[in-house]
Amino acid sequence: MDWSNVFSQAFTQGIGVQAVIFAIAAIGLNVQFGYTGLLNFGQAAFLAVAAYGLGVSIAFAGLSIWVGLLIGIAAAVLLALLLGIPTLRLRADYLAIVTIAAAEILRLVFRSVTFNPVFGGSDGINRFADDFYALNPFSAGVKIGPIDFSANDMWIVVVGWVLVAFLSLLVFLMMRSPWGRVIKAIREDEDAVRSLGKSVYAYKMQALIIGGVMGCFGGFVAAIALQSIQPDYYGTELTFYAYAVLILGGAARVLGPIVGSVVFWFMLVFIDSALSNAVSSGAITFIQSTQVGQIRYWILGLALMLLMIYRPQGILGDKKELSLDAR
Amino acid sequence: MRRLLLMISAVALAFMAVLGGTSAAFAAGETIGGVIKSGQEGVAGVTLNVSDEEGFTEDVITDDAGEWVVEVPGAGQYLVTLQTETLPPGVSLTNPDRTSATIVVAKGQSKSVLFPTGEARVSSESTLDRALQLLVDGIVFGLTIALAAVGLSLIFGTTGLTNFSHGELVTFGALMAYFFNNLLGLPFLVAAAGAMLAGGLFGYLQDRFFWRWLRKRGTGLIAMLVVSIGLGILLRYIYLFFFGGTTKQYAEFSGQAGLALGPVDVTPKALIAGGVAIVFLVATVLWLRLTRMGKASRAIADNPALASASGIDVNRVVSIIWMAGAALAALSGIIYSLSNGISWQQGFQLLLLLFAGVTLGGLGTAVGAIVGSIIVGTMIQVSTLFIPSELKNVGALAVLIIILMIRPQGILGRSERVG
Repeated sequence: MDWSNVFSQAFTQGIGVQAVIFAIAAIGLNVQFGYTGLLNFGQAAFLAVAAYGLGVSIAFAGLSIWVGLLIGIAAAVLLALLLGIPTLRLRADYLAIVTIAAAEILRLVFRSVTFNPVFGGSDGINRFADDFYALNPFSAGVKIGPIDFSANDMWIVVVGWVLVAFLSLLVFLMMRSPWGRVIKAIREDEDAVRSLGKSVYAYKMQALIIGGVMGCFGGFVAAIALQSIQPDYYGTELTFYAYAVLILGGAARVLGPIVGSVVFWFMLVFIDSALSNAVSSGAITFIQSTQVGQIRYWILGLALMLLMIYRPQGILGDKKELSLDAR
Repeated sequence: MRRLLLMISAVALAFMAVLGGTSAAFAAGETIGGVIKSGQEGVAGVTLNVSDEEGFTEDVITDDAGEWVVEVPGAGQYLVTLQTETLPPGVSLTNPDRTSATIVVAKGQSKSVLFPTGEARVSSESTLDRALQLLVDGIVFGLTIALAAVGLSLIFGTTGLTNFSHGELVTFGALMAYFFNNLLGLPFLVAAAGAMLAGGLFGYLQDRFFWRWLRKRGTGLIAMLVVSIGLGILLRYIYLFFFGGTTKQYAEFSGQAGLALGPVDVTPKALIAGGVAIVFLVATVLWLRLTRMGKASRAIADNPALASASGIDVNRVVSIIWMAGAALAALSGIIYSLSNGISWQQGFQLLLLLFAGVTLGGLGTAVGAIVGSIIVGTMIQVSTLFIPSELKNVGALAVLIIILMIRPQGILGRSERVG
């Protein structure tokens, strides 16, 4: 067993690109689910339209990366409107079904042969973000203790965490404002807010859009970091990971998504690489190396169940603030 | 906590015992294979070549059944070429320009490549014939998902749980039937009956030791929804771990010649499966309509506290609903895999269509779920007349969203349940 390698990988991934992507996705979910109580199970779709908005504008339409980012954001706003208009007046679980269905629709369209010239089919869109890496100030990789990044990874990770900090600050300021108090009141008792003369529908819609646009930056980071947009990356599992991250860290807490994402990815990669190390060194014989990747999903499923049952407030949360229930 | 661990380890152990034998086969070498057919007959003596860029090349000739298989050296990208001059006279490819295909094989995968022969179907068949064919296929498919949707809808009606792990009950039925049929060698019908019983038992145990415990703890409905997502992921990857990632067929009824009924071509197994589905669906509806049990379940759906106060044993009724719903879901999985093969995520792939059917018919009602599912199933198949078949589910899911806009309570639901 090579423990130093296991720890190195776990620490690197714990603050790496995936942790950034899921922290951002969970920040968006936090606004929707944590603060407003909206069951958005299509967060993957927001990341997908952003990534494809960016990729298609650069690779297909030949626009610059900055225009691409704007198009991605516009696509996320449009998606939020499309999802919200039919469902936000209905009971909470309808939004869940519609958002998860919409995410699947988009994934199927993105990977279809019919739209292959635009979206690239199941191969997706690749190598379009060279403009971003041309701005890279890091000339060499960075290695501090167990943490090890290449120059390009370092650049996107730094940009990503700055983005996370900015979005978290934004959430912090929003939730202190009168707007944030209305949002939280809607989560606690919709009818009470309505009787005070507030338009619950409009506030929910704003929360859905803001959460979606925040989450869509996760799609930008994913697309640029991997230099590749794969339709199947944006499957329902991505949304479930984001929920696990959010609930682990603590919903309705500004730092919840960040703590959740770092802890989640550290644990996941640690268990993953410890297991595959144990398998390849012969310490564990009843699992094959191809099956190690499946175990992480057992952990994901179990974590979601156990957290929701025993500690729905997560690491940082306050149980009193999270009395979520169907309305 | 103890209970949960107990249940999970029991499920895991059961699967280790059941499917332990199959996991080893999954890691075998990578192959590319296929079958060349003319009509229903296999075509023997056709030469194909499989090659890659690193210099691997192998010729293969189809056997009497028209089947061919090549063991490739490992994962990677391969080019499969069919030598058209070796096709017997009178047999030609549907698409004469497609004589080769590029195939990406992942580690441990068995990929199949198809070269359809004969006249392109679209040109030889009139649109009406094709529509009829799709209509029949669609109704059979709709009946299949209706079986699973009934349970989803009833469980929602009585306990309020939006069960995202219902698809895993569907997969469970198919896997159990595979275990009884292929590994124990029981006749298929016995295996199917056994799998339904096993499915019902699985549903009962799930409710008795897990969901009832959560209800008693006072876990909220939204929390339970997230728990069901977690349970679904866990079960799905336990299935994958023990069953493997390839799609498998039952020992019997895997390839079956179609019967021509007028312009429509149906396999006998699909006809029988459709008939079985109708019998079970009608029986379920009658059971809910005519017995005290059904009345009790409607009373619980209306108001659990009041039902309990008027002497209905709510837990018992919910248990029975869970058992029946899970057994029907298992049957649905068996029927679906009869023509589509058994796969570890077949239930999850159907789940959104189940939701579409249930929502279309009206959440919480049995008849609504059945009607809604049949409409969804038919629509999915018939829509391939107009849209590429890879996008057929997109149409169904889009209709789900549109229905929610116009009539959120569904076509048979009562409006007071919503909002």
